[in-house]
Amino acid sequence: MRTTARRAVQVVCVLTTASLLAACGGAGKERPSEDGTAVGVTDSTIKVGAHFPLTGPAAPGYSEIPSGHQAFYEYVNDNGGVHGREIEMVVKDDAYNPTNTSAVTNDMILQDEIFAMVAGLGTPTHRAVVQRLNDDGIPDLFVSSGSLQWGDDPASSPMTFGWQPDYEIEGKIIGQYVKENMPDAKVGLFLQDDDFGEDGEKGARQFLDSQIVDVQKYTPGGSTDFSPQMSSFKSKGVDLVLGFNTPSYTALSQIAAQGVGFKSKWFYSNVGSDPALVGGLLASMTKGKIPAEQGVKLMDGMMTTEYIPGVDAPEDEWVKLWQKVWDEYSKKGSEKLTNYRIYGMSQAYTFVQALQANGKDLTRESIVETIEKEGASFEGPGLAPFRFSEDSHMGISGASVVELKNGASEPLTPVLVTDIGDAEIKEDDSAASDAPPSSGLPE
Amino acid sequence: MERLRSLAGPVRSVPLVRHLLVALIAFLVVVAIIGSSSQYLQTRYAEMAFFAIAAGGLTLLTGLSGQLSLGHGALMAVGAYAATLVLERTGGETLADVFLALLVAIAVCAVVGVIVGVPAARLHGPYIAGATLTLAVAVPRLANQWDFLGGEQGLQVPVPRAAELPVWIQDLVWFFTAAEIDQYSFLAYLGWGLLVLAFVALANLSRSRVGRRWRAVRDDDVSAELAGIHLGRARVVAFTVSAMCAGLAGGLMAMNVRLTAPGAFTITLSLTLLAAVVLGGLGSLTGALIGAGVLAFLPHFATDLGESVGLSATQAAEVTPVVYGLVLMLVILLAPAGIVGSLRTFLARSSLGSTKEKTT
Repeated sequence: MRTTARRAVQVVCVLTTASLLAACGGAGKERPSEDGTAVGVTDSTIKVGAHFPLTGPAAPGYSEIPSGHQAFYEYVNDNGGVHGREIEMVVKDDAYNPTNTSAVTNDMILQDEIFAMVAGLGTPTHRAVVQRLNDDGIPDLFVSSGSLQWGDDPASSPMTFGWQPDYEIEGKIIGQYVKENMPDAKVGLFLQDDDFGEDGEKGARQFLDSQIVDVQKYTPGGSTDFSPQMSSFKSKGVDLVLGFNTPSYTALSQIAAQGVGFKSKWFYSNVGSDPALVGGLLASMTKGKIPAEQGVKLMDGMMTTEYIPGVDAPEDEWVKLWQKVWDEYSKKGSEKLTNYRIYGMSQAYTFVQALQANGKDLTRESIVETIEKEGASFEGPGLAPFRFSEDSHMGISGASVVELKNGASEPLTPVLVTDIGDAEIKEDDSAASDAPPSSGLPE
Repeated sequence: MERLRSLAGPVRSVPLVRHLLVALIAFLVVVAIIGSSSQYLQTRYAEMAFFAIAAGGLTLLTGLSGQLSLGHGALMAVGAYAATLVLERTGGETLADVFLALLVAIAVCAVVGVIVGVPAARLHGPYIAGATLTLAVAVPRLANQWDFLGGEQGLQVPVPRAAELPVWIQDLVWFFTAAEIDQYSFLAYLGWGLLVLAFVALANLSRSRVGRRWRAVRDDDVSAELAGIHLGRARVVAFTVSAMCAGLAGGLMAMNVRLTAPGAFTITLSLTLLAAVVLGGLGSLTGALIGAGVLAFLPHFATDLGESVGLSATQAAEVTPVVYGLVLMLVILLAPAGIVGSLRTFLARSSLGSTKEKTT
């Protein structure tokens, strides 16, 4: 009988400990006020959340995006908020691992009780939670990824919206540029082995199908030695590499290409092309053998695309606004404004714009409806307009092709605007001249 | 009084009856706790349940049969993929689909357990660890080889909706907890129900002849063989039972996480399971339960704590593994036999002390 009794005591002990621990975790959270119109919304606050890789191989660069969001929201809050409500953003680390994304999203929905997901990052990661967010009717706004799945089928994912140009139109714009300007180039594709690489390849092949001689893929979190891939490019005579990859893999592919003596022109999609970040990564990955300044130099002559103004254009009105906000509201004054923080602030600007347009009565359904109806006319830092409508939740509709020189970008084309599928690519600079309102707050 | 005692007799002496009784009480307590918890806590409890099932199987293997496995994460992966593939085909909307998926996961893992267990039975100590480590590294990568396994992005797992559960379950839950069953509480009840069943089975097994053989093999394989025990057979059975637990845990994990992807089954998972077992107390099922509780709650607790003292999200994310490591080190330093092991020694000592006082 003793053992039974003891066992029972043990079981009870465990359960008590577990629930105590749990209670500690749940303490201190605020329940939504009764006057609030939706979960996560009170008369004075709006709570949103997002998953980002704050640790792990995808963290460099990407982990800076939420700090841009938070700085901009603080700026908005200090200027009276949106319809009297202050915006609070919960950020959770998923280390770019889809399983973690699923877990932290669960926490944000059930524990933090967010109103909406805003700017959750990554193609494989966010894909893991789209179904869940849509099932539960939670707005899933401005995903930080250019995969098609966020916006090409609003019927199946009515709550999800993209933000940046999708990888297919980026692939199309790159493909057309290469076809017109380098018709004899032998093209090698360097792709992330998921929807990111797949969508980019789909766009590029519309123009380059006959020019592509080799395709190499990588798995995020897998091998970091790309000598075999670069050797393959070399042996097939590739003289132009198109990379649909994240920044770490730009650095790794450059290191491997140097290692096997592979010389080529390089064209990285926007995602993997930030010169300051890649330069820093090259320095840390080679333990200083390639100093950061030289790493930035190494990027000279590389081509990429651009769809929002970045730190290399300090005279741009938008960048001036971002600089002002960042100087005032960055938590750690020593950290500089980067292209990733600008990306975050630009997304935050669009979100505030949507809240502003929605009006005081905010529900999960109304914000979706507002973006569908008015999103296409939002003026913001994007060089091309959004494509938001009832039939499309795709984000910015174009980009310009640029070449990197000394860490700055020089435009090779005007802004090229298009859509997925067979849509024609047109020159359209109209949205590029939008300037921010003098208050810096969307009107 | 005499009658009561004669009634209590079989309860005391027959392990199966005793275990079932404790299990029933435990399950009722659990139902009460789950029913009155928030949805968020229900998901934590569900997570604790599948970790505990895997840890229970591992603690039996390592603690009783003396085989150290670093590959249980891989076995969970096998279970998770098996369950996911079944759920994909059946749609996974009814209770029957869910149980079918879990049964298939257990069966597939039993087969894998035999395949791995037979060669592993010839190995000792660090060599088994090495062989199973290979498993942990290699198996999740298979998903990148075949398209039907979904590659790095993984497979989405359909889960049953509350509306599609049999009415009698909905009524039963309503009757006991006065709360509607939803997908979160369903997964928590499912996990804990299966956990209780699995632990009754394991506790019984370890008290039976099979368990005694495992202990004999662990303590001294030569004398065990001289006593007529087939070493290889005993070890393979232990490995297979343990693999079946891992399979069940993997299947439940897939339903809870709603995604089965290689990123979930890194080598860290195998090591974490082992850490849970060591933390709770090697060889003890209660220890496995405590270890699983720590696994399910501590990281979130640490992150919340970090954020509440004003760390940024990045710093809080970085502080979590540090807290986890510290707890593990503290337990090993202060309670080398694990939480349950040390508690037992403490209880034994104090009861010894009290009898001494009485006699003097």
